[in-house]
Amino acid sequence: MNGARPPRTFDRRSLLKVSAAAAYLALLPRAEELAAAPLNYELKPTKLEDGIWMIPGAQDAITMANGGAIANISILDTDAGAIIVDTGPSRRFGEALVKLARELTGKDVARVYNTHFHPDHVFGNQAFDAKVIAAPQGVIDGLKVAGEGFADSMYLIAGDWMRGTEVVLPGVALTSDVEDFGNRRIRPMAMRGHTESDLVLFEENSGLMFAGDLVFLDRAPTTPHADIERWRISLANLGGIPHNRLVPGHGPVEEGDRGIAQTRAWIELIDAMIKDAFERGLDINEAIGLDLPEWTQKIAVARYEYERSVMHLYPVLEAERLPKLNNKS
Amino acid sequence: MVRRLFLAIAAILATAPAAAEPQVDPLKSPVWSDLAKKVFGEAPYVFDDAVKVSVPHVVENQAQAPIIADARGLADVKRLIVFSDLNPIQLAIALEPQAAAPFVGMRLKVEQSTPIRAAALTADGTWHVGGVYLEAAGGGCTSPAAARSVANWWDTLGEAQGRVWPAADGYSRVRFRIRHPMDTGLAKDNTPAYFIESIDLKSESGSVLATLKTFEPVGEDPTITLLVKLPPNETAISIDGRDNNGQIYRANIPTPRTDATSRQPS
Repeated sequence: MNGARPPRTFDRRSLLKVSAAAAYLALLPRAEELAAAPLNYELKPTKLEDGIWMIPGAQDAITMANGGAIANISILDTDAGAIIVDTGPSRRFGEALVKLARELTGKDVARVYNTHFHPDHVFGNQAFDAKVIAAPQGVIDGLKVAGEGFADSMYLIAGDWMRGTEVVLPGVALTSDVEDFGNRRIRPMAMRGHTESDLVLFEENSGLMFAGDLVFLDRAPTTPHADIERWRISLANLGGIPHNRLVPGHGPVEEGDRGIAQTRAWIELIDAMIKDAFERGLDINEAIGLDLPEWTQKIAVARYEYERSVMHLYPVLEAERLPKLNNKS
Repeated sequence: MVRRLFLAIAAILATAPAAAEPQVDPLKSPVWSDLAKKVFGEAPYVFDDAVKVSVPHVVENQAQAPIIADARGLADVKRLIVFSDLNPIQLAIALEPQAAAPFVGMRLKVEQSTPIRAAALTADGTWHVGGVYLEAAGGGCTSPAAARSVANWWDTLGEAQGRVWPAADGYSRVRFRIRHPMDTGLAKDNTPAYFIESIDLKSESGSVLATLKTFEPVGEDPTITLLVKLPPNETAISIDGRDNNGQIYRANIPTPRTDATSRQPS
């Protein structure tokens, strides 16, 4: 290997696509078939109440079929303009979202929030002016470090849905306790646990709480950047905040605390299962094969997310819990 | 690099019996016929479901894909190797299970989606080949080791961790982890290849349990699981490793007592 930088047209992402394409050449439709089927997100907003809509994400993993549109995205109409909570998985999704927000509210976008740095929540940022996109500093820092890696993975999994998508960092680091939009006031709350930095939004007028991915409902929580202990604390704090209805990052909007309770039950379950498997001496692939309890059968992608969590959490246990040996020399 | 790889493969080849009929690869790999010649030479091989390879359904960390190769369904396995068709360096590990089951758990760097193979050489000189297709985003072989972003990585080089679990079927399970960057020599930071190339496991009384040859694709901080047949009353397993710079790594893993308290780590 020499040290010369490859030309820009052969960066790693395009090489990945070429190699993946080579492996699947026989499965690929011909060029004219590809060209004949432009990919479009059909955003179907659900009205939560007057002036507030949610576009429900697919209760699934990110796939070529759903184009990564798996997270809940919300639009709020305010005196000051439209508010968007999370921007979806791609440039194309973001552009459709801008159009929809205009149709629903008849206004420009006044504020965009990123609840955390995961790609299904922030890769539509490109369709917005970075100066109106706000998030805690931790979200911005996380996206700065991990964004390109996320983009590589998203291009591989979601393919052409991602065309033209680039990482856009929020231009506003949230520090205030309240953001005033006239008829609506948003209280941003910085928490942690699902990731290093999770943003929760409480809207005073409606009493809606937007919990981001600190809460999943009827869809298994994801843990690639989770700190289970911090997540427990954040869920306890969320449960103590009075609210009318809770909008989870994934899953239906409901009154009551079912989302908080189910998310807590899931993280307690996998934490205990994975630690027990480690103490019994199982290797990662053996731990992946363990049976999940029956109650998880009603939860979408439970097995898929359990497997991912084993791979996220096992190396940490190995580094921390395998007894240190006295090296001989 | 290429020459060393060929030497390494040559070193683990059995003396070649008569040439075999060409086999149809169940994974339809584009490189299989060339790869089979490179790995097995003229030795006969068969695709055999008795050799099992376990991989996860999804791999997010391309530098640490967990792999288990298991040939316990075969009798008298002399050697068990793991390799991947489409990695730039194909051979990852070779186990000689002198007093161990033909079983190895490890972590593999993957450069792209690829068939992952395990091949077990039985006493009759035939390789038995199993494999699965692993989906992965890739880049694991060309990303710098995590240690390379740590200024004092040298301080922890060679630190070892490990544990032995007694098992009911006569084999004790041993897992160990050795801190080492395992540089492939292909990373974008131009770090030359620097990796642990052999690890021997012995009982405290000196009998050889298993010998491993490890290559560049083994994940950073190698974390390896083996099933070994311990002589009675052994109190430790010694591991004895060496990297390609000649550095020696030695450690003892205490074995649990075999009485009722044996479930506790010692």
